[in-house]
Amino acid sequence: MSFENYDWSDVVPIEQDDGPDPLAQIAYDPEYSKAMGYFRALAQKNEHSERALTLTEKIIEHNPAHYTIWHYRQQILFSLNKDLYEELDFIRNQVEQNPKNYQLWHHRQVIVEKLKDCSLESSFTEEVLNDDSKNYHAWTYRQWVIRTFNLWDNELSFVEKLLEKDIRNNSAWNQRYFAIFYNPTKPSEEFLEQEVQYGITKIKLAPNNISPWNYVKGVIAKSKLKIDVLEELCKTLYQQGIISPHALGCLVDIYEDRAKCGSINEKELGIQTCILLAEQHDTIRQKYWNYRKHVLASIA
Amino acid sequence: MTSTEKTERPSELFIDLHVKYIQSLDTKKDDLEYWLTEHLRLSGVYWGLTALDLMNNVDALNKEEVVKYVVSCQHDNGGFGGHIGHDPHLLYTHYAVLILQIEDSLDAVNVEKIVEYVASRQDRQTGAFTGDEWGEIDTRFSYSAISCLSLLKRLDAIDVKKATEFIMLCKNFDGGFGSTPGAESHAAQIFCCVGALAIVNSLHLVDADLLGWWLCERQLKNGGLNGRPEKLEDVCYSWWVLSALSILGRVHWINKEKLIDFILTAQDLETGGIADRPGDMVDVFHTLFGLTGLSLLGYPGLKLVDPVYCLPKYVVQRVGLAERYHAKYGGGFT
Repeated sequence: MSFENYDWSDVVPIEQDDGPDPLAQIAYDPEYSKAMGYFRALAQKNEHSERALTLTEKIIEHNPAHYTIWHYRQQILFSLNKDLYEELDFIRNQVEQNPKNYQLWHHRQVIVEKLKDCSLESSFTEEVLNDDSKNYHAWTYRQWVIRTFNLWDNELSFVEKLLEKDIRNNSAWNQRYFAIFYNPTKPSEEFLEQEVQYGITKIKLAPNNISPWNYVKGVIAKSKLKIDVLEELCKTLYQQGIISPHALGCLVDIYEDRAKCGSINEKELGIQTCILLAEQHDTIRQKYWNYRKHVLASIA
Repeated sequence: MTSTEKTERPSELFIDLHVKYIQSLDTKKDDLEYWLTEHLRLSGVYWGLTALDLMNNVDALNKEEVVKYVVSCQHDNGGFGGHIGHDPHLLYTHYAVLILQIEDSLDAVNVEKIVEYVASRQDRQTGAFTGDEWGEIDTRFSYSAISCLSLLKRLDAIDVKKATEFIMLCKNFDGGFGSTPGAESHAAQIFCCVGALAIVNSLHLVDADLLGWWLCERQLKNGGLNGRPEKLEDVCYSWWVLSALSILGRVHWINKEKLIDFILTAQDLETGGIADRPGDMVDVFHTLFGLTGLSLLGYPGLKLVDPVYCLPKYVVQRVGLAERYHAKYGGGFT
């Protein structure tokens, strides 16, 4: 039922108060302007009713980022004891049209918290991520669901699916890290070693993509392994003629570690690699590589 | 812009055009866009006013009207809404304080009530901040609260130690920060976290080399910056990325000339204003962050911007706050 079908004869719409600016105002869309007039009047007396609920729907359809409307809608939903599963459907439709709206995602969280039922959430976020696999809101919300309802078990296989589709998806790599290291069950050392091997396999598929490099380094930092474990990979890539600034940069890390332990030879190799990066393979970040060279050169 | 114009690279910043563009924004009331952005009108005033001030034209908006408008957005609980009649929210409370500091008009509002409101947004158990009474948590809100209270010199009103602990829980394996613990690193969240840490004297908690590298990795071949790996470049990251790099004293890791070219190319030479990327529609948000980016790069003709507060530097000095970053401006580009 449209909000216009309700009886509004007892409500005096409150027009927009646009502050001290004296300019005349003409709203482009008369329906939106009318709905807002009623909303201001109802909100003032805090009316919780079916007609108010329908009104919020109208305004949200026009302008989902209007955060005051969402708060008002929540109050009405709860005080009228509305079927919150219907609300989840409403949100799903809204998210399809506005997948990056902060209010919508938080609203869903509030409703799901109230329902204490997460059974629809994994498939819901999966659907959204199918359309945009890097939607920050969807990922953050998915993490909240996993943490709140203890849904850690299937997350790695979900991430795996996404990485197979797009190995450059940094959000999926981040989620992989989340699924392993934010899980209350801590990973074994053996598992971490396998994880590094997994990362290496993926790097070979896209050596110029930063995400798996960062991920593998992150896992190494959490394990007993050292960064040298990537040395063979970096050198093999180079020998195969695959020039990846990330592989060369990783060699700089390895050489720097060894230089700090006293290896003069590796110190020189590190400096040469920095020069290679600064002057040939990553010239846009020349100043960064010059800095790394300087750090290496000052190791006593 | 036509496609031939798009490829043409403007060689300078058209300040007069941008000033006119910002002045024109408030007169477009028969555009639907104006009405649909009502909930963030206060942020719009902040973006516009700061941009004008950086371009040495702060008087292009009437001070008395601006202050009167900001005051009319304050609620009894001390918080500000995004516009008259909109619910109070931490983000808009922060914007209100930023505007009032630019206009040097803090005495127009009840500061003690603002402090009370901002402090009430902190969860004393976790140290995190919620945007409003509805409970959304985000490191953006941590930054807003800390910056706002610092500008009011009332950081004593919150548990700074706990606030810092929460921010550090949002630090990731790549050196960056996300919106909540475990959330992906994102340049805008990184600005918020690094800025907040700078204000509370905790920059030593940042892995500056690792994060600095992640940030300068955001620069793409066309000179523009993106906010996450494999995403498109966008002028607003000229602010989020550069500010964080400036705070960490590593802004020179970016290729300055290429980035300046990218921002200048995103200007609209007909309407004024700067877009997210060359050829797109301009808006006041990208206009500000294009200008703040240029300011951090030492571009001539613009006032210096403070990378922590996103205010003209002279405003931060007038408030009497210490410089809490290592940035070298303009001439420091070696």
